Amino acid sequence: MPVSRLPAGHASAAATAIAAAAEPAGDAATTADTVRTLQSRIRQMQASKLDSRSIPTHPAIAELLPGGALKQGAVYSVDRSATLLMALLAGPSAAGSWCGVVGVPEFGIEAAARFGIDLDRLVLVPDPGEQWLAVTAAIADVMGVVVTRPPRRADDGSVARLAARLRQRDATLIVLGTWPQSEAMLSLSESDWTGIGNGHGHLSARQVTVTVTSRTHARPRSARLWLPDREAAFRSAGRVPQAAQPDLRPVLREAAG
Amino acid sequence: MTDVREAERTTRDAPSVVRTLVLWCPDWPVTAAVRAGHLDPEAPIALIEKGLVFACSAAARRAGVRRGLRVREAQSRVPELLVQPYDPLIDHRTFDGVVDAIEELMPGTQLLRPGMCAIRSRGPSRYYGGEEPAARALLDCLDAQGLPDSRVGVADGPFTAEHAARSTLTTPGRVLVVPEGESAAFLAPLSIGLLDDPALVTLLRRLGVNTLADFAALPAVDVHGRFGEHGARLHALASGLDSRAVVPRVPPEQLERVIEFEPPLDRVDQVTFGFRATADRFLDALTEAKLVCTAIRIEVRTESGETSERTWLHPRSFTASDVVDRVRWQLQGSGAIDSGLGSAIDRVRVAPESVDSIGNHEVGLWGGGPDERIHHGLSRVQSMLGHGGVLTAVIGGGRSLADRQTLVAWGDRPVPDRPADQPWPGQLPPLPPSTVFRAPPPVVVLDAAGRSVEVDERGALSGAPAAFAPAAATDAVRAVTAWAGPWPLEERWWDAETSRSAHRFQVVDADGTAWLLVLERGAWCAEARYD
Repeated sequence: MPVSRLPAGHASAAATAIAAAAEPAGDAATTADTVRTLQSRIRQMQASKLDSRSIPTHPAIAELLPGGALKQGAVYSVDRSATLLMALLAGPSAAGSWCGVVGVPEFGIEAAARFGIDLDRLVLVPDPGEQWLAVTAAIADVMGVVVTRPPRRADDGSVARLAARLRQRDATLIVLGTWPQSEAMLSLSESDWTGIGNGHGHLSARQVTVTVTSRTHARPRSARLWLPDREAAFRSAGRVPQAAQPDLRPVLREAAG
Repeated sequence: MTDVREAERTTRDAPSVVRTLVLWCPDWPVTAAVRAGHLDPEAPIALIEKGLVFACSAAARRAGVRRGLRVREAQSRVPELLVQPYDPLIDHRTFDGVVDAIEELMPGTQLLRPGMCAIRSRGPSRYYGGEEPAARALLDCLDAQGLPDSRVGVADGPFTAEHAARSTLTTPGRVLVVPEGESAAFLAPLSIGLLDDPALVTLLRRLGVNTLADFAALPAVDVHGRFGEHGARLHALASGLDSRAVVPRVPPEQLERVIEFEPPLDRVDQVTFGFRATADRFLDALTEAKLVCTAIRIEVRTESGETSERTWLHPRSFTASDVVDRVRWQLQGSGAIDSGLGSAIDRVRVAPESVDSIGNHEVGLWGGGPDERIHHGLSRVQSMLGHGGVLTAVIGGGRSLADRQTLVAWGDRPVPDRPADQPWPGQLPPLPPSTVFRAPPPVVVLDAAGRSVEVDERGALSGAPAAFAPAAATDAVRAVTAWAGPWPLEERWWDAETSRSAHRFQVVDADGTAWLLVLERGAWCAEARYD
């Protein structure tokens, strides 16, 4: 990425950061941290879509995402959890966006309505069959947010064409599963249910750790969320200490060491 | 002086009574049902509305079935009774053809109700040389329509003429002409119950007024003072002074279009291609009438005589290509565009079912806003996947998750299957699961000793659930860390076909994923997942 494309302010900021990093570091770990910070800053500055607009996102999830919100024209991956998917859809739907759900026949309509997705602006295509890419693209033409679950890996050409179409139409694609060029990958872990015991009570709320892995983040960001709480709303339940997270980039540490 | 004023008042108030010819087809609802449903007209038939007999055929009446009887009692009187629900739409639709035939003979027909219409008698009687010959001509026309039971009454005003026609059931002949000015005498012996106001009739009976003559004998001024404008009007009817005019109907414009294929076509794409020009003409006629269509009815007839009818709705308004799409969807069902048909198609008819003024649907100067764009996009997806490929959802009432969510195709009216405002005791606790399996996968649920968990007749568990696994892969066992249940579900035990008896459990596995497990007829399945 040529530096000349960056605005002057960003270039000078980068120079200062690099100068700061050049000072002798205490140990290998801090060096690795510095390298990661710098890499993420460089990526942020190199973002080719400086003017990309964001869509309304739930604040508890927004702070984990790169750029602080869901962006128009970008692709996000959600690992398995339908509740997390609905938490992502609730913000745009409440703000008036239409949402399309392609290839997810088991999407729980009632939960969607309960979590704040407007059913009047929700369209489902449960069985797109072999034409799932064409259907996803057609829905993305007219709707703000599209959810899809690829039945198999798409080839690179189709992915690139779809990405171009999303950028052109300012639609956000949320993929259930993995996607080659996703902006961020959201996953759930350590879910603790409350309200249910051994033979008594019923499911009423749960706390989960939501982890966002992103190309532009140095390390995965996590937060403890109520997903959902007792009022079927989503809210933050305090941050998880970073040390608890596994380091996903051992190669970098070796290189730095 | 007083006499002059009195005479003036009488001439001014005297209603101008119009000689009217009323045609009546007895038991029209039954005739219509026979014609629409291809029933045997000689069979005992009863049409039911709200659990009571609304109309019955002559055979049923001979066997003792009467209007207003409960269904069970009617069936006990005539065990072989054919019971059908009453549909007023069929009445109107079937009578429309009869009215068309009458209008060809005598213009200016007023439809009083299905099975009965009024015609001003002056024109026909002058043409046919008298009221009796005119009535005969009308009956000949109806005989040609296959209605040999029809009756005609001619009298001053529609009310008297209607009862003249009805009285022919008890007198010989199918025509009764009440001479001019003799209406009051004709009506005099009839029961007060013929007036169409049950409250007033009850009151009059209690006052000792039992016949129309008794009512007509009361002074008009007093009746007006006591019963108001409405009472005065009924009083005039009872006196044979029916001042209502015959208002001829305006024949509705023919907006429907029909295409016949000769020879019949047996492929979907051939039919849709052949229909394209008809759809264009259909839309042109609507546009010319300054209308747009929001619902259409498509009837397809096959070579072997079967017809398929369906009403299609449109969220905005139909264009010609939308109409062609609906014909295609109706023909192909879930098959592909080039699939063959069971029987060749020889006739397609399209008729507007609900129309609206074109002014309400005009596109604004800068386009029609976002919704139109969305509709176009979704129609494109529908043309790829079929009409049922794109769905919208609505939440209704019910106990099981599948009962509560109703999915309807884009463009159809989203109406929940079950009313949501009922209490539905036995529904699940408030947090709904985010994943609801369309085909619940079978699972096995084991207690700590490795035995399958069961629920006995009294709702007691054979053991606490300790682990469960998909039935397809019993080695992938998930340990249960928390559970709740059983929550019994007993539905429609009185109906063997739709009754449901199940026990539901919420279970949390070692990964922290919660499941809704259902035990129904000894088999476990996972109905939903809280993930």
